[in-house]
Amino acid sequence: MASLFAQRIVQAALILLGVALVTFLLLHYLPADPAALIAGRSANAQMIANVRHQLGLDLPLPLQFWRYLSGLLRGDLGRSYIQRSEVATLIVARIPATLVLMLTGILVEVALGLVFGILAAVKRNGFADRAVMTLAFVGVSSPQFVIALLLLYVFAAELGWFPMSGYGTPAHVVLPALTLGLLGAGWYARMVRSAMIDVLNQDYVRTARAKGLSWRRVILRHALPNALLPIVAMIGIDIGQFMGGVVVVEAVYGWPGIGQLAWQAIQQVDVPIIMGVTLVSSLAIVLGNLLADAVAPVLDPRIRGR
Amino acid sequence: MTTPEPLLAITDLSIDARTPEGLRPVLDGVSFALVPGETLCLAGESGSGKSLTALSIMRLLSPSLRQRGGSIKLAGRELTTLPERAMRQLRGGDIAMIFQEPMTSLNPVMTIGAQLTEAIRIHGATDGGSAETRARAMLDAVHINEPARRLGQYPHELSGGMRQRVMIAMALSCRPKVLIADEPTTALDVTVQAQILTLMRELKGEFGTSIILITHDMGVVAEMADRVALLRAGRMVEQGSLTQIFEQPREAYTKQLLDAVPRLGAFRGTDGPPRVTAAPPPVLPAGPILFVRDLEVTYGGATGWFGRGSPPPPVVKRVNFELKAGETLGLVGESGSGKSTIGKAVLGLIPFTGEVVIDGVAIAGLSPGAMKPVRRKAQMIFQDPYASLDPRMSVGESIAEPLAIHGIGTRNERRERVALLLRRVHLTPDQATRYPHEFSGGQRQRICIARALALEPKIIVADESVSALDVSVRAHVLDLLLELQEEMGLSYLFISHDMAVVERMSHQVAVMRGGAFVETGSRRAVFENPVDTYTRALMRAVPVPIPSTIRHQDRVTASA
Repeated sequence: MASLFAQRIVQAALILLGVALVTFLLLHYLPADPAALIAGRSANAQMIANVRHQLGLDLPLPLQFWRYLSGLLRGDLGRSYIQRSEVATLIVARIPATLVLMLTGILVEVALGLVFGILAAVKRNGFADRAVMTLAFVGVSSPQFVIALLLLYVFAAELGWFPMSGYGTPAHVVLPALTLGLLGAGWYARMVRSAMIDVLNQDYVRTARAKGLSWRRVILRHALPNALLPIVAMIGIDIGQFMGGVVVVEAVYGWPGIGQLAWQAIQQVDVPIIMGVTLVSSLAIVLGNLLADAVAPVLDPRIRGR
Repeated sequence: MTTPEPLLAITDLSIDARTPEGLRPVLDGVSFALVPGETLCLAGESGSGKSLTALSIMRLLSPSLRQRGGSIKLAGRELTTLPERAMRQLRGGDIAMIFQEPMTSLNPVMTIGAQLTEAIRIHGATDGGSAETRARAMLDAVHINEPARRLGQYPHELSGGMRQRVMIAMALSCRPKVLIADEPTTALDVTVQAQILTLMRELKGEFGTSIILITHDMGVVAEMADRVALLRAGRMVEQGSLTQIFEQPREAYTKQLLDAVPRLGAFRGTDGPPRVTAAPPPVLPAGPILFVRDLEVTYGGATGWFGRGSPPPPVVKRVNFELKAGETLGLVGESGSGKSTIGKAVLGLIPFTGEVVIDGVAIAGLSPGAMKPVRRKAQMIFQDPYASLDPRMSVGESIAEPLAIHGIGTRNERRERVALLLRRVHLTPDQATRYPHEFSGGQRQRICIARALALEPKIIVADESVSALDVSVRAHVLDLLLELQEEMGLSYLFISHDMAVVERMSHQVAVMRGGAFVETGSRRAVFENPVDTYTRALMRAVPVPIPSTIRHQDRVTASA
């Protein structure tokens, strides 16, 4: 077990290295020249060359990558080109906001997904099932900014229940979390439904019913724990999807998280920030998967031990 | 003599299935009664409606089935109209049930203890003590060692036989009046089956439970039943006492079914399988067509990026055998003994060490290209005829596929060959355009045989090829295999857990246990004079489809 976990950690490190390399190359071959952007529109070739030299962008590419990597090992993500500050400091300052958004978003999607998924599975092919599945379909196929604008219009502009944008109070988090969660809720409802239907057809559910248990107990005590197993693995993978959503949602709601930071950095070709945010997001995904792997044996006795 | 008051009376029970074409009757006017203290066997082949009957007594029919009519009375109380709440108290309380698949019938993420105590608590059957004490006592009653430790274990930590014991403990924990056992030993090895049947007989007396035992196995019926009710296609064929059914069956179907049951020892005194055709024996080479020396297979050696640690023990250990042209080698053994692994290894489907020579060609280390012509010589027929045909390919396409893969013949030639092969297995050429779901299990297995024959192989590995078939169908498929052997000189590596079937089919027999051969020899030697204790235990455990009363009488008359 411990050695399996050690294996996973080595794999994770290799994945992060790969992500760093690919992002680095992609950004390097971008048609935009950060040195020219920083030097400004009126700068001449000499000034641009100076800036390039200052940033170390005139060094051979492998050397540039090596310098970046060795910085990484020391926890140094480099300096922002534009915002005269350490990238690490910028990101760390914004992590709490993003974390709040992500956790509430995941809570929304998993809670909604579970409730509606179970409902649909139990009332299979009935009206509730069809209604839930139609809604789930709409949720899955709506672009996030559309949901965001709709929620803003109804609950902030018209009803005035929640603030339009900003950060700080619990009321602020409701609409962004809903926006982030609704899309996933559709996914989870479908997943939970099919997992539940699968489990409800298993022999042990029949055994449980033959014992004289109530439907409620059969579903909550016998079926659900089994149906959760694939769902938990899904949550780990899902964090990747989530990071994409975070960028959009933070931009729409003016949420001061790392998504917004990335959004600004992309517009300004602030390469170190883009690199930093990409790496931190990858780390989140890798950690999410590690976490799912670590939780799986707790839920499933069959994969404990070996 | 007055007939005792029935404990459970089923009258005129009818069930419909909801199909896209409307309601279709699957059970039609079935009536029977269970007397206190007796074991009633509901026997019949697949689709006869025996399990449906059981589930409708429990009112656990799937929503796609609907009870059309009839009455089910437990001690005079009508169950079909009982409110769900009252029915729940009955389930697991007055009527308990155990199922066929012990491997899947227990919840994999709950401990044995939690699953046992749950039933006990719900029905308040603690006998004054705690639910845990009662659970431990129940595990003790079904002879599970270390009951206290077992309570904390999960189902996957127990063997199939132990899990079925747990199921029985769970079912009997609330002292039910009726125990419904639906094929309780079908998924188990014969030696384990014998233990479970003994246990059920023992507990029936101890707990004063009446049993409805559902089975397709006439051997199990003969060992367990006081009375027998035989179902066929949703109707009651006949019912009566055990001796009456076995000795004086009234219905032709009953006779036919009993005749089709393979009996161990039926071929005493002969060296080969019975001849089924008048075909002159084909001229065959004298040497072995398949030669295996020191075959060893290990699963899951070095895996992953950091493959290390000691490799797991081999599942097949240094096995040697030869298969002569036109003969059958029967590989018999219990689950996990390595029979199927040998089958796959000799076809080069899994990595192995040692020597495997097919018709003079050693296949170890052959490149896929060099292996291709050898593959033509050895083909395989699998256990499940439902899963081994592609549902989206017509039967003709499935049979022609091996020919296409090996680039044999033009499209038209292949079509003619398919027609020929279909006739060969007693189907008609016009069936080539139909799809697998239109065929019965037995017909599908014929199609699989036709596909295996397409490349004109010399060896066929038949892995549990008739195990999924009903006895009456099974006999026909076995006869077909014998016929093909006599006419075409095929050699079979016949893998089965069923001693009687192996006895019928084989010239040579190898008994496997734990990856090794414990006994090999001619069929006559192995079956008539088994030397190994395990072989003997295996043969003793096979249920004999003759009621013991009759067996006993025979002995008395013989000695008189």
